[in-house]
Amino acid sequence: MTNAFILRWLRANLFSSWPNALLTIGALWLLWRAVPPLIDWAFLDAIWYAPDSKACRAAAGEGACWAFIADKHRFILFGTYPYDQHWRPALACAVLIGLWIASALRRFWSWRLVPIWIVGLVVVGVLMWGGVLGLPYVENERWGGLILTLLLSTFGLAIAFPLSVLLALGRRSGMPVIQGLCVGFIELIRGVPLISLLFMASVMLPLFLPAGVTIDKLLRAQIAMILFAAAYLAEVVRGGLQAIPRGQYEAADALGLSYWKKTLLIILPQALRISIPPLVNTFIGFFKDTSLVLIIGLFDLLSTIKVSLTEPAWSGFGVEAYLFAALVYFAFCFAMSRYSQNLERELAKPEPGQRR
Amino acid sequence: MSGQPMIEMCRVSKWFGAFQALKDIDLSVAKGEKIVVCGPSGSGKSTLIRLVNALEAHDSGTVIVDGIELGDDLRKIEAIRTEVGMVFQSFNLFPHITVLENLTLAPIWVRKLPKKDADALAMELLERVKIPEQAGKYPGQLSGGQQQRVAIARALAMRPKLMLFDEPTSALDPEMIKEVLDVMVELAREGMTMVVVTHEMGFARTVADRVVFMDQGEIVEAARPDAFFAAPQTERAKLFLSQILGH
Repeated sequence: MTNAFILRWLRANLFSSWPNALLTIGALWLLWRAVPPLIDWAFLDAIWYAPDSKACRAAAGEGACWAFIADKHRFILFGTYPYDQHWRPALACAVLIGLWIASALRRFWSWRLVPIWIVGLVVVGVLMWGGVLGLPYVENERWGGLILTLLLSTFGLAIAFPLSVLLALGRRSGMPVIQGLCVGFIELIRGVPLISLLFMASVMLPLFLPAGVTIDKLLRAQIAMILFAAAYLAEVVRGGLQAIPRGQYEAADALGLSYWKKTLLIILPQALRISIPPLVNTFIGFFKDTSLVLIIGLFDLLSTIKVSLTEPAWSGFGVEAYLFAALVYFAFCFAMSRYSQNLERELAKPEPGQRR
Repeated sequence: MSGQPMIEMCRVSKWFGAFQALKDIDLSVAKGEKIVVCGPSGSGKSTLIRLVNALEAHDSGTVIVDGIELGDDLRKIEAIRTEVGMVFQSFNLFPHITVLENLTLAPIWVRKLPKKDADALAMELLERVKIPEQAGKYPGQLSGGQQQRVAIARALAMRPKLMLFDEPTSALDPEMIKEVLDVMVELAREGMTMVVVTHEMGFARTVADRVVFMDQGEIVEAARPDAFFAAPQTERAKLFLSQILGH
């Protein structure tokens, strides 16, 4: 009975015709050739812990050398931050991730998120810089690794997002000067690759500043990234604004609501809700784009991994290093992507809204 | 019905590009008066009432509402809008908040009413339009007739001196028209000043003090409903009445 069922299923789905049968056999052969060696390399023959690289070298080619990651994980996660202070970036990471999770939960969706974010970002700043509450001061040249990636993307989005809403509103405003400025800004920034913005911020900007005035390199990169993200997000938000029917504006006007009350109470809550999937999409892209700061000499996650590889003892373990980097990026991006899919499904339901 | 009129329009014109939607309109609406505006589609009747709360701006002439002349001054416009309620053909309820919140939003944010008072007022109005049990639902969960009654209650929550209705029953299924008209008739009995764009001639007969017939941007006839329906003075009005009453 069950055997017959399995046979029928196999025939219908995998062997329904000669070409399909060939494809099935070919795919199985490829999997057989690829998967067991990969498992052997990544898990069974891998070296998970070793005091130095000798064991790894002995096993070269046979198994992965995760001992390299284990040995270097502090540097990969926190860069050159003082070793005995590593709990501070670790805690800052947790606060940043906590902020994201809080923003993702629908029951927190209200204006309360704004103070939560401000407090959260201040706490992160205090933790990272220190200099108060008995925490030793750590200049930001020493920040690096995963925490820098999280900082750049979180501060970037937290500032770029409100800015993008203003830009999108400005682009749709009836005032020609404001509209012109917003359109000009968005088109200018979108027309330039992020790399050139970063180069401009790190190389050209200091040339234009008066002598004696210096802006920190990290800050310059952060500003470039904020402007870049704001331009892209503004177009996403504008798409959401355009989807709101004219009747909503008229109803709000007819009740005597002022422009800002109408925008904040009626238009934006609806426009942002329908923009969430494309917003998350842009967030994911931006998160990965932060790795470009490597070219102007900031030590984000990818840079610290690259630097780890330059140490003679561990040179030659690039596959493991970059696989690890890919895994970390994937974990964050996949979480965002799954969240966005869930949300889309939930908002499509006839939940507290639509009649069927 | 003494003192200054609620609405005073004098030689008002309105263009949309090269198309003249309203031509030298003169119209005065007294306090407490009920006006029904009718006419073929494109005759300018919606534009006429949308001038009253400045959803459209007039190009020439004067519009005075409750003693305030409408112009470019946004403060005056917002002041007028708080005194004038409007009900739309397509309801235009706010879909992201509950029925109760739809009613309390403007009183709280514009009238600065404490939330408790706004809630009480909203519930009282929902009683009046006979759907208090729907207070916690979202607009999308209601039928068309219920939504339009909520929209009327939302406008009334601002305690307006004047109510504008722009074809309030045109988007409704036939069986829901009556429940909305009943609410409007009751409102008229309570003495509200009303300007209603509608083709519901039964409603016009019941409550209107005057029927204003428009065609091609002009007021062609304005008369008491019994006179208007029994003996229209112009060919255009006769043709229009035969078309909407003929079947």
